[in-house]
Amino acid sequence: MSEKASGTEIPVGPQHPSLKEPANFTLTVDGEVITGAQMKLSYNHRGIEQAVLSKSYIEAIYLLERICGICSHAHTSAFTQGVEELLDLEVPPRARYIRTLIGELERIHSHMLWLGVAGHEIGFDTLWQYAWRDREIVMDLLEEITGNRVHYSINTIGGVREDLTDEHCETILEGMDDLAERIDFYQETVPNEETVRMRCEDVGVVPEDLAREYCAVGAVGRASGVPTDVRKDAPYAAYDDVDFDVITDDRGDLLARTVVRIGEIAQAIRIIRQVAKRIPEGDLKASAKPPQALLAQVPEDDVVSRYEAPRGELIHYVRADGTDTPARVHIRVPTLANWPTVVESLKGSYIADTPIVVAGIDPCISCTSRIGVETDGNHGGENAFDLDELREYGIEWYDDRSDVERPSLDGDERTVSGGTRGDRA
Amino acid sequence: MGRIIDWARNRSPWILHLNCGSCNGCDIETIDALMPRYDIERFGIQQKDTPRHADILVATGPVTEQMAPRLKRVYEQMPEPKLVIAAGSCASTGGVFYDCYNCREGIDDVIPVDMYIPGCPTSPEALIDGIVKLLAESGKEAQAERLAEKKPEIVEEGTPIDEAVPKEPDADRTETDDAPQEGADEPEPVEV
Repeated sequence: MSEKASGTEIPVGPQHPSLKEPANFTLTVDGEVITGAQMKLSYNHRGIEQAVLSKSYIEAIYLLERICGICSHAHTSAFTQGVEELLDLEVPPRARYIRTLIGELERIHSHMLWLGVAGHEIGFDTLWQYAWRDREIVMDLLEEITGNRVHYSINTIGGVREDLTDEHCETILEGMDDLAERIDFYQETVPNEETVRMRCEDVGVVPEDLAREYCAVGAVGRASGVPTDVRKDAPYAAYDDVDFDVITDDRGDLLARTVVRIGEIAQAIRIIRQVAKRIPEGDLKASAKPPQALLAQVPEDDVVSRYEAPRGELIHYVRADGTDTPARVHIRVPTLANWPTVVESLKGSYIADTPIVVAGIDPCISCTSRIGVETDGNHGGENAFDLDELREYGIEWYDDRSDVERPSLDGDERTVSGGTRGDRA
Repeated sequence: MGRIIDWARNRSPWILHLNCGSCNGCDIETIDALMPRYDIERFGIQQKDTPRHADILVATGPVTEQMAPRLKRVYEQMPEPKLVIAAGSCASTGGVFYDCYNCREGIDDVIPVDMYIPGCPTSPEALIDGIVKLLAESGKEAQAERLAEKKPEIVEEGTPIDEAVPKEPDADRTETDDAPQEGADEPEPVEV
């Protein structure tokens, strides 16, 4: 990623017309052709993984939701699934169906948003306005079901917080009919539209072997012919009860990703229709106990939870130390897995294609802003740490700041600090 | 002349949106306000790509340490008169990111803010309402400032400047610069 290349360097960002979020790219160019790229992605680093250690598992849901406003349900679902596995809770079928429903509505909203942004990046603003107008159908449904347009807050440990009424199901089915019509239109128009073809065909190509080597996930992997989908590979929520196809393409260029994403919207509509028709009756939560009683039972253990977010496979790692606050939460977001393919596909493309190549993976920089640790030492740079150096750096950081409490793994101490924090609020 | 400038400024403000470490929620809602459903372009409001063209800075997010110097630089690059909107709970107070080691506590930690719009995330309706109210208020402020320039004795006497501005301009008043001064000589008592 940081290999030397001769030529002129062009900085892009952090504030840039084509970037909706702060990121910085240093492009090395030879004439109009990009020969190398370096990126800085930590402008949105807020320290959520540290902050979550001072919150109880219930409070953590609402903090983790705010990692990203586009895939907020993905983060809460992945976290609650992990905690449920720790607690050995069986989520009732109705709650699993509601989670699936919200997850798929979110996927539609995210892909429509991407379709619009991609249209904007290639200078096709009509597509942008069309896609975002049709996205409002989904936003309205989400607002009606959960009470909120962006942060739905529907997940809780052991189930969901809001029930779905029969009227909701009817509205959803009506909304899906309207949306299905529009998606048919996009499936027909977008891949055949001359403007889109000129800007997207054979641009930003990620061949299958490269996608496998760099472990590309989500729509990027699927557009390069890697059929990974956690919904099929390790079904969670209600995905083993519903029928859907994993959309793949073997071209690997931006047009393929557009086709895959529009196809996924069509599949999401199919899933939502099945869920709205077949939702079983039953409880919303696994246990009638108050949350505090549940949290008192968290054992000392760790768990990895996987979820197919709109951008790809999302992994939450939770380590519990027997108290009501987690000892460590680590999040590997899909965008982080896809960045290396961007660097590779930028090389050899034109400067003018940079915005659409970057937008092609549907980057979410507020998700990505976590610290990365390189352990093999091959890609050294002045900001690269190996694990021991990072540990030393951490110890020094806390020594220099005597007023900051050092995070402790000692169980008893953590319970006490959790108690005093409750008083402050 | 001053009133013509005010009129022109209030009719087509151009906004610049800057993400200072937000979760994207407020950002998609801000952009959504430009889209056909809400369409703030009917008020002449346009999204601009560079700070040099912008009148209003819509900043979101709790301001991370890396973004704080950039936010300041973008603010300094904007031409006068400039207005700042802090959109969302994080931008107003730090929100859920209170006490995070890499976050400031809102936009006003770094630059002066003219309008706070709450909500997590702020809805497009709230944003439109905020912009419209901000423009109405800034129009009044600009009027008061011009008045103070012409009649410094009002300020010296200690009358708050917004009380010196006539509250309801008369409909049949002639369109001259003298009109606001007449009202200013006898400021009406304002009920608080």
